[in-house]
Amino acid sequence: MDESLARQESWMHRMDPCVRVITAVIVSFCAALCHDVNILVGHVLMSLVLVGMAKLPPVAVFKRLKPLFWFLVMIWVVMPFTHEGEPLVLMGPVALTRPGVMLCVNISLKSVTILLYFMALVATMTVATLGQALHCLHVPDKMIFLLLMTYRYISVIQSEYHRLLRAAKFRGFVPGTNIHSYRTYAYLAGMLFVRASRRAARVYDAMRCRGFNGKFHTLDTFSPGVVNHLFLTLVSMTALGLVVTETLLM
Amino acid sequence: MAHDVPVIQLKDISFTWPGAGAPTLDGVNLTIETKDRIGIMAPNGSGKTTLFHTIMGLCIPDAGTIEVLGQPMKTEKDFEQIRSRVGLLFQDADDQLFSPTVIDDVCFGPLNLGFSPAEALEQSRAILDRLGIANLEDCITHKLSGGQKRLVALAAVMAMEPELLLLDEPTAGLDAGVKNTLADTLVSLSIPYIVISHEFDFISAVTNRIFSMEKGRILTDDEVHIHQHEHMHKLGKFPHKHV
Repeated sequence: MDESLARQESWMHRMDPCVRVITAVIVSFCAALCHDVNILVGHVLMSLVLVGMAKLPPVAVFKRLKPLFWFLVMIWVVMPFTHEGEPLVLMGPVALTRPGVMLCVNISLKSVTILLYFMALVATMTVATLGQALHCLHVPDKMIFLLLMTYRYISVIQSEYHRLLRAAKFRGFVPGTNIHSYRTYAYLAGMLFVRASRRAARVYDAMRCRGFNGKFHTLDTFSPGVVNHLFLTLVSMTALGLVVTETLLM
Repeated sequence: MAHDVPVIQLKDISFTWPGAGAPTLDGVNLTIETKDRIGIMAPNGSGKTTLFHTIMGLCIPDAGTIEVLGQPMKTEKDFEQIRSRVGLLFQDADDQLFSPTVIDDVCFGPLNLGFSPAEALEQSRAILDRLGIANLEDCITHKLSGGQKRLVALAAVMAMEPELLLLDEPTAGLDAGVKNTLADTLVSLSIPYIVISHEFDFISAVTNRIFSMEKGRILTDDEVHIHQHEHMHKLGKFPHKHV
């Protein structure tokens, strides 16, 4: 919740947020449309260039990719063995199939690319800025408000949960497979919602007291003009170009 | 603002929380003048916070009239206009700080008032400097200590340049150092304020009138006299009670 990627300084961070959101959507769709491994490698390279342009620290980028890696490991363990097709390697009764492996490579490259695109283009703005960008793009205000408030309250609910769980543990609660444990967790969940909603009401009151009327403002200022459009055109055309190249090759 | 107009005038305000048996506010009358610095000392649950929330329009009273800064408050729209002129410091600073960094949070109010980002930044920095917490500007709000959070929340309220401050237990959980900073800041203000606190030393240092509340009613200082005196007797150095 620190929005640490958004708190850096780079040319990408100063770019108009609307342009970045549009670009992110276009390039992600293009990446999702491609199937050829070479083309997908092209997408990975482009996303890495964008990440480099945003000057994101590699450690932070890797940390954000980690949950995805776990998901991919699961796919790599299951998919090559269960997918039908021409066997690549035979290991006793099980076979590693070629289409299975190719599908895994495909999924891995696509998901990493799309995540990198979003890190470079969208994670480089604060959520308030994202709200503003979506407002510019005529996304309904209610949807934006929902997004911003969800973001705001997730950490509140999480900390309330930890506080309640800690209180239970300090009084000797050891989770087990019994009615007492299930009931305790049910109480915890119930109390969590009650507390979270009451706190949400208080936070909303505090916001109203400070002149909030449904619209978020942001301190960030962005470079306007030609550079933005040039960026949008260039990056989108490259991504579309990759899709077209693949279609022509096939 | 004309001087003869009271800052706040509450007339026969009653409020009952849904589901509660007895009213939380029961025919409250209260007038605050421009020079007033009022302290409210009263037991828990006597309706102090509800009183503040009623003034801000967060609780709609069942009966009675409210006038803030000379304007009668009836609809949500009336209160919306007045909220930028009356600053409320919440009991729990965590409720008030919702932006990721301190400067974002302090700028939230000014930006809502229509300031440009540059103006909002300038004003917020000036307030942080005045409270002696300019070094916290880029800190992450949820990682601050309790005392720092309270000061940042106060800065966030003061950045809107209110004409009246309502402070709900500003000293709860603070150490002596932060309490002194808070007291010095309040005394140096030129606007009226109401402070809820359970601490006699603090309240007597920053206010010129002290009220109490009982069963949803306000007892003004003609009716209550909070006082302390020193005395001595045998075995006085051991902790004891006078009944």
